Amino acid sequence: MTEIFGVPIQSLMGQLMIGLVNGSFYAMLSLGLAVIFGMLNVVNFAHGAFYMMGAFFSWLLLKHFEVNYWWSLLLAPLGVATVGVVVEKTMLRWLYQLDHLYGLLLTFGLALIIEGFFRDQYGVSGQPYDLPDIFKGAFDLGFMMLPKYRAWVIVACLSVCLATWFVIERTRLGSYLRAGTENPKLVQAFGINVPLMVTLTYAFGVGLAGLAGVLAAPVYQVNPLMGSNIIIVVFAVVVIGGMGSILGAVVTGLALGLIEGLTKVFYPEASATVVFIIMAIVLLIRPAGLFGREK
Amino acid sequence: MDKRTKILYGALLLVALAAPFVGGYPIFLMKVLCFALFACAFNLLIGFTGLLSFGHAMFFGSAAYFCGHAAKAWGLTPELAVVLGTLGAAIMGYFVGWLAVRRQGIYFAMVTLALSQMVYFICVQAPFTGAEDGLQSVPRGKLLGLISLRDDTAMYYFVLAVFLFGFYVIYRTIHSPFGQVLKSIRENEPRALSLGYDVDKYKLLAFVISAGLAGMAGALKALSLGLASLTDVSWQMSGEVVLMTLLGGMGTILGPFLGAATIITMQNYLSGFGSWVTVIMGITFVVCVLAFRRGIVGEIAYRLKAK
Repeated sequence: MTEIFGVPIQSLMGQLMIGLVNGSFYAMLSLGLAVIFGMLNVVNFAHGAFYMMGAFFSWLLLKHFEVNYWWSLLLAPLGVATVGVVVEKTMLRWLYQLDHLYGLLLTFGLALIIEGFFRDQYGVSGQPYDLPDIFKGAFDLGFMMLPKYRAWVIVACLSVCLATWFVIERTRLGSYLRAGTENPKLVQAFGINVPLMVTLTYAFGVGLAGLAGVLAAPVYQVNPLMGSNIIIVVFAVVVIGGMGSILGAVVTGLALGLIEGLTKVFYPEASATVVFIIMAIVLLIRPAGLFGREK
Repeated sequence: MDKRTKILYGALLLVALAAPFVGGYPIFLMKVLCFALFACAFNLLIGFTGLLSFGHAMFFGSAAYFCGHAAKAWGLTPELAVVLGTLGAAIMGYFVGWLAVRRQGIYFAMVTLALSQMVYFICVQAPFTGAEDGLQSVPRGKLLGLISLRDDTAMYYFVLAVFLFGFYVIYRTIHSPFGQVLKSIRENEPRALSLGYDVDKYKLLAFVISAGLAGMAGALKALSLGLASLTDVSWQMSGEVVLMTLLGGMGTILGPFLGAATIITMQNYLSGFGSWVTVIMGITFVVCVLAFRRGIVGEIAYRLKAK
């Protein structure tokens, strides 16, 4: 069998694939964080909890209502987004005039509430989510086997990220959004309903997290702790990439997923810490982050 | 210090000294003191320098491991073990602070959180931490090699003495010219910078003091409860200390103490409710942020002033 640095190419490719899948989730989550931060100036600590909520919604839909995967892909993120609207309207709204730290603390509290609730209801052992039949099996690429579902996750995540980028950077709606990020008062003076836009931005951001959760449900088990496990890594990704640019968030997310996968092959002991080590290095060399602007 | 404050502090000290004899359960009292010191140390950053460190558990928990290991494997006396834990945490604080002060505001919180998660993963794998089991049955040893601390009441007075020392350090720091500079950084960083203060250095020193004292609290906790575990370095613990300080009153001197006492009491009574404790903590967070940002002590001080 072919080997690279003493590692069989099959297992190397396999780990890279897993890394890419993880990276896709990092990308989608940090994208949502960046969009929310841009508009609301809130670092959404509850992002991981909404991701977990998305996974749980799709699992519950399947279990109790026999709603299939494709409908879940639409309904679960909508459900999460609805929760997001309620959160924004009833709580976050009151904090925009205050120090950014309060937004972080509030969403941290929300994350605890959501996680505690699901842990009480469903325990900490994971619930399996069965793959739809169409995704069972793998493509044989000759040099490796590519599980169909993993391929789908990567394609889906990247398409969603690209679509988001396109909407924000290339459409009229996106231009309102970017203008609102720069100067909300002026945009409001032009007759655009900024508070509504803020609400929808938050709903969209957490909806993205919910969608990532639905996509993740069959890959990992559906587990109340899955959100808090991923959110801190995503924070590190955001520090590395900087929250200023959308493509930056996506690229950083994917790259870090890949690096994590590679570390698992060559030095597994460091696979949990490698992202944080990279973060420390980036802070030393480019304190504002790779794609960030110094304010 | 005016007369009223002096009387208040004197009364509190009397209560603390008499507590084990008027029905206070020493283990519980020690736990309160340890977390109170932890929260006070944290408050030095958030309340007096305006830095939100979301990873303070890394100092608390690591020092608990340092101290526990020193007492258990090396047989160090308790006071030396605590000193070792404090120094270890302060050195960690230097490196973490050195990295983290490069970013401001919200990024500072994320950087500290991420670095503390890294410390958490290192603790999961390190050979001397006992991974999931933690360091159990850490011996209390003999103070200065003479006085046995096995008795809970004796241990309580040792903890109280260390706590008072830590509290005094914080009090002096806040009321020193150095503390005034920290406050000016909290109020207006660019202005402090333009007045010629090397802001990053001040922040770093404050961070090291805070990390060291958080470590002192963790070391005390390891000795008094005989346990250092992964819970102590987890992000939940970092969140807990934020909540204690927020609830008691950020930027007040006694607030973190009161907040810690409240939260520990709450956890004590709610321990039978399992995951609901997390939910209740979350709700407390949300309520504090939305409606009670001054905290208990801050609110009292505000009402007194308004009169």
